[in-house]
Amino acid sequence: MSDWTSGAEAIVYQSCASCGAVQYCRRSFCSVCGAPDPQEKRASGAGTVYATSLVCRAATPETRAHVPYNIVLIDTAEGFRMMGHGENDLAIGDKVNARFAQFAGRLVPYFEKAK
Amino acid sequence: MSFITGVGLTSFGKHEGSSSLDLMSKAAELAIADAGLKRSEIDGILCGYSTVSPHIMLATVFAEHFGIRPSYAHAVQVGGATGLAMTMLAHHLVDAGVAKHVLVVGGENRLTGQSRDASIQALAQVGHPDYEVPLGPTIPAYYGLVASRYMHEYGVTEEDLAEFAVLMRKHALIHPGAQFHDPITVADVMASKPVAKPLKLLDCCPVSDGGAAFVISRERTGDVGVRIRGCAQAHTHQHVTAAPALNELGAEIAIAKAKAISRVAISDVRYAAVYDSFTITLAMLLEDLGLAKRGEAAARVRAGHFNHDGAMPLNTHGGLLSYGHCGVGGAMAHLVETHLQMTGRAGNRQVRDASLALLHGDGGVLSSHVSMFLERVR
Repeated sequence: MSDWTSGAEAIVYQSCASCGAVQYCRRSFCSVCGAPDPQEKRASGAGTVYATSLVCRAATPETRAHVPYNIVLIDTAEGFRMMGHGENDLAIGDKVNARFAQFAGRLVPYFEKAK
Repeated sequence: MSFITGVGLTSFGKHEGSSSLDLMSKAAELAIADAGLKRSEIDGILCGYSTVSPHIMLATVFAEHFGIRPSYAHAVQVGGATGLAMTMLAHHLVDAGVAKHVLVVGGENRLTGQSRDASIQALAQVGHPDYEVPLGPTIPAYYGLVASRYMHEYGVTEEDLAEFAVLMRKHALIHPGAQFHDPITVADVMASKPVAKPLKLLDCCPVSDGGAAFVISRERTGDVGVRIRGCAQAHTHQHVTAAPALNELGAEIAIAKAKAISRVAISDVRYAAVYDSFTITLAMLLEDLGLAKRGEAAARVRAGHFNHDGAMPLNTHGGLLSYGHCGVGGAMAHLVETHLQMTGRAGNRQVRDASLALLHGDGGVLSSHVSMFLERVR
């Protein structure tokens, strides 16, 4: 299943049929119990802001064009944590939903406050 | 048993025209002379890495350059925890009889050897290549994320964090080797340019050229011995996305193990050397290690607790924040200063009693931790 890391408008995670653990970074096994072939699932994009950092000093010409941009950690409704971009005024605890945005020639998840 | 028998440290800042190998050599020479040894007596080498001159076999590159033929040599890579991780390994190597005198060395021309952008970019690669790095985070952003959460959970403010920058600068003012010698105030830190909120320029360590080295030996070579009483590591994650909760980080695990191995309590500690890549790093680690209660480290700074003449002198050379940060050698400067304090050689920075010291290093984004206790033996 393709996701934003390969240019598709989706957030994908894996779920272990054996122990029930969920993981975000794709692997061919469950990182908790080691069982093979965790099931790939598409996440809803809903979650809660865990942490934020507004980047004001970037290191490449491509990323500098976007300054300032907000790097956020989101605790997703499905139970895994992920990094994304978000509205600049997001606060810890805010309920958010994902859309997708262009950043430095790539598609990235962008979280907005839930209406 | 193992002793730190010699230490060497260059000034940090600009060393125009010096390569990483030059800086490593300079520090190594100082450490070997300090131990009262000849370079031919060094039979083990552990070295860090250089982002300016990456090499798959840096230890043997260095050994050849420096002119020694050790019976044990390799590089170690644990980010900011590398210096203490090498010291821990050297401790076990000499204790097991694998080598008699292990040279631990790190040095890099990180400031003049590459652009600041190149340094920031190289370091950002500790993030996940598929799930984090494409989002354009920087090391300050990884720590900025941690800072935002820590401030949220424990009521720490940006002014609280600024206190640590001011303290480290105050200490650097009286060390001639430090990169920065201009005094700063909390207001200066607050007014400095935002880098990755809540972190501002003066919350961040600089990029430096410099080198540091130690010799770890099976027997002491001088009158005053600095013995490695015990040490331990903990590694809970690599990427900030996968980090555990703030009260379950590796510093707490490493220090608990180190205390048990060393049979030492925090109340026995007289001097502290704690990794301080950012103000938030230092604030969190002091609290994780038990050198301050949760959310109270800044209050202890304001009360003078961590001053030269305070109850727990901390990073009296100025730390990464103000002595400077040249990569692996950066946090090794903490151990060099600790050794000088323990052996009564810190001059106008000398503290009253540094008979038992706690050192702590952190690599990645609070990913890898090494805690170590040193004790003075006469």
